[in-house]
Amino acid sequence: MPSSDYDPASLPDLLPLYYRRLFPFSQYYRWLSYGGVQKNYFQNREFSFTLKDDIYVRYQSFSTQNELEKEMQKMNPYKIDVGAVYSHRPSQHNTVKSGTFQALEKELVFDIDMTDYDDVRSCCSAADICSKCWTLMTIAIHILDRALRDDFGFQHRLWVYSGRRGVHCWVCDEAARKLSVAARSAVTEYLSLVKGGDETVKKVVLTEPIHPFISNSLDVVKEYFTQYALHDQDLMGSKESVEKVLALVPEDARSYLQQEFEKEKKPEKRWKLITTEAKRKQVGNFAHSFYIVLHIRTEGLVVLQSVSLKSTAKKGQYFEKEIMLQYCYPRLDANVSKGVNHLLKSPFSVHPKTGRISVPIDVSELDKFDPFSVPTISLICEELDRPRPGEEKEKLGDGKEKEDEKDAIEKRKIRDYKRTSLAKYIKYFDQFLDGMARSWKAERLRKSDLQKEF
Amino acid sequence: MQFGGRRKKNSINPQSELYGQHLQFYGQPPLENISLSEFETFAVERLKLLKTVENLGVSHVKLTDLYISKLEKELKALNFPYRPDADDKKSQSGPTEYEKRRKDHISHFILRLAYCQTEDLRRWFIQQEVDLFRFRFNDLDPKQQLEFLHKNNLRYDTISSEEKLKLKDQLINSSFGVSGITVMEHEFYKVPFQDALDLVRLRKVYLKQGYAYIPHQDIVTIVLNDFRTRLSKALALTARSLPAVHSDERLQPLLNHLSHAYVGQDYSIQKNVGKISLDQIDSLSGKSFPLCMRQLHQSLRENHHLRHGGRMQYGLFLKGIGLSLEQALQFWKMEFIRGKVDADKFDKAYAYSIRHMFGKEGKRTDYTPYSCMKVILSNPPSQGDHHGCPFRHSDPELLKQKLQVYKVSPSGINQILELVKGMHYQLACQKYFELTHNIEDSSFSLNHPNQYFLESQKLLGGGKDIKREMDAPQRSQENAASKGSTATQEVAANTSQHLAEMTEDLDSFFQDA
Repeated sequence: MPSSDYDPASLPDLLPLYYRRLFPFSQYYRWLSYGGVQKNYFQNREFSFTLKDDIYVRYQSFSTQNELEKEMQKMNPYKIDVGAVYSHRPSQHNTVKSGTFQALEKELVFDIDMTDYDDVRSCCSAADICSKCWTLMTIAIHILDRALRDDFGFQHRLWVYSGRRGVHCWVCDEAARKLSVAARSAVTEYLSLVKGGDETVKKVVLTEPIHPFISNSLDVVKEYFTQYALHDQDLMGSKESVEKVLALVPEDARSYLQQEFEKEKKPEKRWKLITTEAKRKQVGNFAHSFYIVLHIRTEGLVVLQSVSLKSTAKKGQYFEKEIMLQYCYPRLDANVSKGVNHLLKSPFSVHPKTGRISVPIDVSELDKFDPFSVPTISLICEELDRPRPGEEKEKLGDGKEKEDEKDAIEKRKIRDYKRTSLAKYIKYFDQFLDGMARSWKAERLRKSDLQKEF
Repeated sequence: MQFGGRRKKNSINPQSELYGQHLQFYGQPPLENISLSEFETFAVERLKLLKTVENLGVSHVKLTDLYISKLEKELKALNFPYRPDADDKKSQSGPTEYEKRRKDHISHFILRLAYCQTEDLRRWFIQQEVDLFRFRFNDLDPKQQLEFLHKNNLRYDTISSEEKLKLKDQLINSSFGVSGITVMEHEFYKVPFQDALDLVRLRKVYLKQGYAYIPHQDIVTIVLNDFRTRLSKALALTARSLPAVHSDERLQPLLNHLSHAYVGQDYSIQKNVGKISLDQIDSLSGKSFPLCMRQLHQSLRENHHLRHGGRMQYGLFLKGIGLSLEQALQFWKMEFIRGKVDADKFDKAYAYSIRHMFGKEGKRTDYTPYSCMKVILSNPPSQGDHHGCPFRHSDPELLKQKLQVYKVSPSGINQILELVKGMHYQLACQKYFELTHNIEDSSFSLNHPNQYFLESQKLLGGGKDIKREMDAPQRSQENAASKGSTATQEVAANTSQHLAEMTEDLDSFFQDA
């Protein structure tokens, strides 16, 4: 793809063009005003801009779409972050009494960054990604999207490519925006399975019984595991990698597997040995606990006792599942999700290093999503310059009356992005907003009904 | 249900109706007159109780036998109601059950006044009251629990048997102690997941479409949530009426002092700023740093970088032992520029947060060093992090290796690992202190990394001036308390005289704790 042509030095020249002709302001404004259900929702929202030379400007806020447009076209931010909806206009935060200026609401957000997987991917490290490790993001989105939808009942989940090495999720349901800090941290912990820093070797520990959320997540991992882990990452290949995996196996199974691996070199067969060994242990344990139950029942003791005995879970009996999860389960940056006032890079912001636009990801087409084919700012600006038949004529016809002018600019902007590779992402964003609009309508109806009653 | 039998007809006195049960939801404030001295005793003793709740919560797993027995002992010693079946007719020696319940009620409301003033105080108070309530609610037998729910009008939706049958497998796999045999016998409550966060957090409950399905045995979670929400709202309301209370010069200094008492020493004010030179840090880290800081120091030297959590934990610790802002900037910069960060990037991206730590940026809060509790409980380390408590957040195997490297004897290592296994992380750290300082029994109770440092310096004779620093936070605390009262001191000289005695007791109590 021509996206590799992007040169960071050209960014100052391209940004004005991008904000003048391509940035989808009207959709953006439509999103953040949430149908006007709540007063001042857009006006009290914090934006923050990163300007040239890493100058960081916080607490920007705007009263209209027009004001936002003007300011962005004037400042040409290298990066845009979106923060919380505050009790007052963020731009006036210094004028209100300290303590009263408070973050009230924000989308529930998630930030997954490839650097957090460095101990489990062999292909790249740090900020680098490739199509092999991108599978980790695909798995992450599938797992979290399902849980946010089915477990938490959230309907409006916007997944966004960060522009470089990760993805973000914006859960936009009203209930999600109103979650307290405590609730956000509970949701985040519910969704976090991989725990511990560099001082922890075994980062996933499962106990009996396995929660439906974990089984569902494992189902997703299983779909990708063979291709991704065994082939792409060669998990069972190099001596080093095998040692790392075996460190996660309980001691009593380790030496047996080591011996077997001397004879067996094929990755799938090696993995099979691990799963068989794990199953064998699980069956053993099951028989054991079954015995306890039977025994107690014949003694005529209450059932509750047998249950409590049964649930003294033996750690490590699910080690094959624990390995799969440690290598593939999404790793969330918990602090981003927990705070209401935490800033997160805005959709349609440009990544200054790669030049790629932070575009929404259509989850129904997730497996086809390729971060390397996401358009760069240089690509779409170039596409804009390509002449198109019929355009000249239209230009001549326009611009007679001043009244029409604004309309015409708006129309031209729509035509502008439609001529670029950005079009399909904005179209998807439109669909997402339409989905939300249906909820706003219902909400507004409910509110007006309530008013009539009084 | 059938709780009519127990309820006596004593509507003559609305107060005794209020105390019909061992446990209260604290819905109604007390309406009687009490003496100032009773006011003080009640408040101080409840504070002691809550302080115990806090300490036990850190050193023990909540609701284990040891936790229960220790808390019961404390309730008994301080004359709070501690047994749900205690009969108010049978009078033992000491106060009657009625008097205990009255004390429970009144003291709770007094502390609401003292602890509604700031976000931090509210959070602390709510947390301890919730833990206390959890303990006492669990102490009720199932019948009493139902009675309590009825009495306080707490009703929750249950699911039908059809729905239960349909979700049987999921319910079994998501609820502890529920098996195929018992699932149909249990009541399951269906509540918005926001009302059962403690269960959601631990994945101890089945979630579907935003609702949590809670087995009856876990109903305490929803009740607690109600308790927490109501208390939180009530505190916000109380805060609004506070000016009226503060105009009473008898109460204001007392309330202020009460609210200052919870924090203990915060190791923020240092007189030896600048007395430690940067080249001392390496040797000090081996001798006098607790393991968490030693680990952070080491990884900083190795990687020339620390992530945010590590910079905060270690940076504030260093500030606490006496690094000045200029030294801190120099220290971090020298290390970071040896890695991937150049001087320019450091000034742009990292210097701000260091000035922020010293209260020179943003909302200009002078941040205090993290206590053990904060290190253990909040912000656990994730990939690439080195912060946290090594006793809490390291694999025992790695911890063992590390201790071996640091030349702790094998028997010492075993003792430490035993403590870690029992989740006594602070005791494990204290054991590490004793082993590395060659003393039999340390005379303090460890709850702060900076305390570790000061105690170590004291033992190693690291200058007598550092020892003097030990007293500094204490003094400042008294200053803070008296600052609020200076205005009223002349007016109420008698009261403050009396108050001074009382608060001295309080101080000595919390310094011991």
